Amino acid sequence: MAPLLKLSGVTKSFPGILANDNVDLNVMPGEIHALLGENGAGKSTLVKIIYGLLKPDSGLLEWQGTPLKLLGPSEARALGIGMVFQHFSLFDALTVCENIAIASDSNLSLKTLHSKIMEVSEDYGLPLDPDRYVHSLSVGEKQRIEIIRCLLQSPKLLILDEPTSVLTPQEAKNLFVTLETLAASGCAILYISHKLEEVKRLCMKATILRNGAVVATCDPRLETARTMAERMIGSKLNNIQRRKSPESGRPRVRINKLSLKSSDPFGIDLKSISLNVSRGEVVGIAGVAGNGQNELMAALSGEVIQSYPNDTIVFDDICVAGMRVSERRAMGSCFVPEERYGHAAIKEMSLKDNALLTSSKNINLVKKGLLQFDAINDLTEKIIFDFDVRTTGSKMESGSLSGGNLQKFILGREILQEPGILIISQPTWGVDAGAALVLRKSLLELAARGCAVLIISQDLDEIFEICDRIAVLYQGNLSALMDTETASMDQVGLLMGGGNGE
Amino acid sequence: MDLLPVILTIITASTPLLLAATGELITEKSGVLNLGVEGMMLIGAIAAFATAVSTGSALLAILAGAFSGALVASIFAVLTLIFLANQVATGLALTIFGVGLSALIGSNFVGVALEPLPKLNVDGLSTIPILGKILFNHDVLVYLSFGMIFLVGWFLSKTRAGLILRAVGESHDSAHALGYSIITVRYLAVIFGGFMSGLGGSYLSLVYTPLWAENMTAGRGWIALALVVFGTWRAGRVAFGAYLFGTITILQLHVQGWGINIASQFMTMLPYIATIVVLVLISRDKGRIRMNAPQCIGKPFHPSK
Amino acid sequence: MSLIPQFIPKFVLETRVEVSNKWVILSPIIAIILTLFSGIIIFSLMGKDPLLALYTFFIQPVTTLFGVTELLVKATPLVLIGVGLAIGFKANVWNIGAEGQFTMGAIFGGGAALLCNNIESYLVLPFVLLLGILGGAFWGAIPAFFKTRFNANEILTSLMLSYIAVLFLSYLVHGPWRDPGGFNFPESQLFSDYAMLPVLVENSRLNLGSVFAILVVLLGWILIARSIIGFQLRVVGLAPAAAHYAGFKHSGLVWLSFTISGGLAGLAGIAEVSGPIGQLLPSVSPGYGFTAIIVAFLGRLHPVGVLFASLVMALSYIGGENAQIEIGLPAAVTGLFQGVLLFFLLACDVLVRYRIKSSSFISGKRS
Repeated sequence: MAPLLKLSGVTKSFPGILANDNVDLNVMPGEIHALLGENGAGKSTLVKIIYGLLKPDSGLLEWQGTPLKLLGPSEARALGIGMVFQHFSLFDALTVCENIAIASDSNLSLKTLHSKIMEVSEDYGLPLDPDRYVHSLSVGEKQRIEIIRCLLQSPKLLILDEPTSVLTPQEAKNLFVTLETLAASGCAILYISHKLEEVKRLCMKATILRNGAVVATCDPRLETARTMAERMIGSKLNNIQRRKSPESGRPRVRINKLSLKSSDPFGIDLKSISLNVSRGEVVGIAGVAGNGQNELMAALSGEVIQSYPNDTIVFDDICVAGMRVSERRAMGSCFVPEERYGHAAIKEMSLKDNALLTSSKNINLVKKGLLQFDAINDLTEKIIFDFDVRTTGSKMESGSLSGGNLQKFILGREILQEPGILIISQPTWGVDAGAALVLRKSLLELAARGCAVLIISQDLDEIFEICDRIAVLYQGNLSALMDTETASMDQVGLLMGGGNGE
Repeated sequence: MDLLPVILTIITASTPLLLAATGELITEKSGVLNLGVEGMMLIGAIAAFATAVSTGSALLAILAGAFSGALVASIFAVLTLIFLANQVATGLALTIFGVGLSALIGSNFVGVALEPLPKLNVDGLSTIPILGKILFNHDVLVYLSFGMIFLVGWFLSKTRAGLILRAVGESHDSAHALGYSIITVRYLAVIFGGFMSGLGGSYLSLVYTPLWAENMTAGRGWIALALVVFGTWRAGRVAFGAYLFGTITILQLHVQGWGINIASQFMTMLPYIATIVVLVLISRDKGRIRMNAPQCIGKPFHPSK
Repeated sequence: MSLIPQFIPKFVLETRVEVSNKWVILSPIIAIILTLFSGIIIFSLMGKDPLLALYTFFIQPVTTLFGVTELLVKATPLVLIGVGLAIGFKANVWNIGAEGQFTMGAIFGGGAALLCNNIESYLVLPFVLLLGILGGAFWGAIPAFFKTRFNANEILTSLMLSYIAVLFLSYLVHGPWRDPGGFNFPESQLFSDYAMLPVLVENSRLNLGSVFAILVVLLGWILIARSIIGFQLRVVGLAPAAAHYAGFKHSGLVWLSFTISGGLAGLAGIAEVSGPIGQLLPSVSPGYGFTAIIVAFLGRLHPVGVLFASLVMALSYIGGENAQIEIGLPAAVTGLFQGVLLFFLLACDVLVRYRIKSSSFISGKRS
């Protein structure tokens, strides 16, 4: 049988990086084909070329045996190539139906579209109400919109970029059923992931990328997760040594029945959240994005202050619920929010300014209200050196750093303040494996020095890797804490989807 | 007191506000904040007036007003969309430029009087007592202002192009990812805004006070901007707001006639005070603004980001 | 998508790794040169000899000592207001009602001067100045209050307050504050010498106000470039969420920006009526409050830059007056030049943050 899509010798470079190096790839009709690789291995670049968003520097694309030169995504769609991005292209203030209409190249009336959506969502097990506004949907439901957008074009090839990173394990299982139905009807699926277990479970073939080049093609059902991982990373796995959980010490963070109404009409209210984090302990809060993580972070960091402070939030035996950010920081607590650009760092400002951002109460950096430029520069250089931030210098704008490098800088900035309490959201989201390892290790070292570390993360692997105890946030409710030793992925997954974890 | 002339003057006072606010509504829905409405109205006013004086044609005058508004709006569009200039600063520049240029051209027209636009009577209807006068005895721009706000309301809620416009204003990154040209959509929206502001200005110099005076808009462009916020970006409410302000403007003229003795300056202040009051009342409900305001308003779009 | 044609520019803007300091300085200079070129076109279109017009506009006014002092007199209010606006604009706090705060400064300070017209004491002047500053700061505080308390757009409220302030002044000089011995002209009494700013150069109008302007530049520079407050203002302007995260109080910075810029505009207002004018008139400003917006941008939101930009814009004022007298150009040319200059400046500023690369299509970015 002839391949549906055939890539030979595809090369694409960006200033300073060779993103794809002479890549060959064959996708057969009806095949679920995994594209495996670490962050930065070149998977996204490759599928953007296939979808017509990027042009290859050299190499040949063939579609059903004829050479393919795409001018843009609409041409790709016309051929029957659909793509579900990791970042959704959705509009909060529009309905599901409108969101689908705007992505469709056909000029159907909203009414016809409405019934077509119902039809497709039934056929493929993707429940979705066309009249709901997008802002009221969960992340999983938002992803369904993206998938239905593609299915309405009756694709021959569907590309999914890390689709399960925003889903609960149970939602992921449902997605697999949908994809298998789709493949059985003859549609090929190119499935990008770095999660090996799900690739083993779902895919018939895998192409593994490392540093832009294909390092192996294999049948994942015949491999072990370990063998694939080693090819993906290129060396023996260097796991973090699980440490012994500390003896339960004095609780440094106590959250007692914290309830908070979100100020954002599209936000999530927090409902009676209780949690303790002790000296030297690392506690993880798992959960799918959009279940109150941002609201919880804002309440803990002091970006949202409670108008009737009581003992809902207690740091080191002092009630902080009514304190402002600067007061909480002055007590030795540090925070790292999820969004790097524009929240944890200012992309238009230099690294020096970004170093000063959370240290402006430091009397060495600011004397009598005046900035001490030499001291600020020294601090910046120290962060860059200690945390191995790859830059061209401290005057560089933070916006021109890669996500992983910027995260190292931000985390370095906070860790060098030697906090007694560190609360951090999505510490390694979008960060390559090497940098993620560095970041996780520094968090564990910080805890070993007596800091209470609270991690809010969507990445279950990460949470199981470094946390001593785990709780799950769902729709603004926090589950009871579980010891990582005894908790199971399944149990946590159920809680993430709103089940009771039994 | 006879209410009929009062109602008719209210319509006259409201029309320029409605025209300009209709244009700005579309501009803002696409995610662009053009603070240059005042400048575009002035340019439209002088262009229409100069054309009317030199050609004697009302139609040419209206077209000149509208297209000159669109022309200066295109300066704004190029600066903000292609050169990525700050929208607030560029809007202010457009106003300063409009005040200067209109005053310069207008220096030749000070003191020239003009016949106001003819009334278009709808045969058979305009003779209905009272209602006929109120509804069917106006100049073409009044009908146009009604037509346009209905058209814009329909366009935004019912058409695919309107859906695209709203989407671009809601999230330019998503719209770009779907393959829409943000610059093209916004460019057209800004030009439309300029066109309507130009019409609003034309109405002032052709009908409202058929004379040229420097700065004759007297802040109406800014009030039109406030009306879009007041209307929470909905066509119907914007129209209501325009008529509310028209009424305030006219009432202050009549208050003295009713024997209430207040210095004229305080009466003239009324629309400005009302604007502040209205902004405060509407804006305090942050949730409502969040639900209705285009999320990308004022943010520059650069495709590599 | 078929409905909207793709707009493909022949060049692309590439974000610079660092802000280009070279272009921060070059951009206003190029903008001024381009404005002069368009001046040649405008003058030619008006049937004037362009070179003669440019000479009368930009050079002749400063060929005499009196001309130079007049330039400084006009630049003074622009510096005072411009520095204040620059502080706010850094933080994306858009006070465009400086004209009103200027007027309120003149009303409060002028009112104090009229009240003290019979008191012969050197304390009168400081009192008058202080009230002027308070008047401006008070008028600036109103939009700050509406913004922080009710989330109301400060651009529109501050501008509406300008109209109100100007009307209020008009009411005062037509009504209660009209000089009874003034033949019914809408003017107040002349201020006593004790309420007037001392003149620095004999036979000129150059007064102590210009010294205040220099001081304000110095203090403004320390605040913006060297102090933690200036840093906080920049952070709020670029990334409000980051400022929030760092614990900078947004509402506090809004209040600070508005009261400082209002107070400085008020100082400019009272310095104008206690200086060159000497009494209250229905109109005390030829649009200084709006011109200062251009000054702030042209001066790169930097106090020293504001100083130079004020001189340029002051020249456009006295040049406009001179050209009106000498070759009969309409006064409105000044406003047109100011608008054109700001347009060119905004266009040139793109090069501060981006470099232009010619390209036939937009290249994507690895993600």
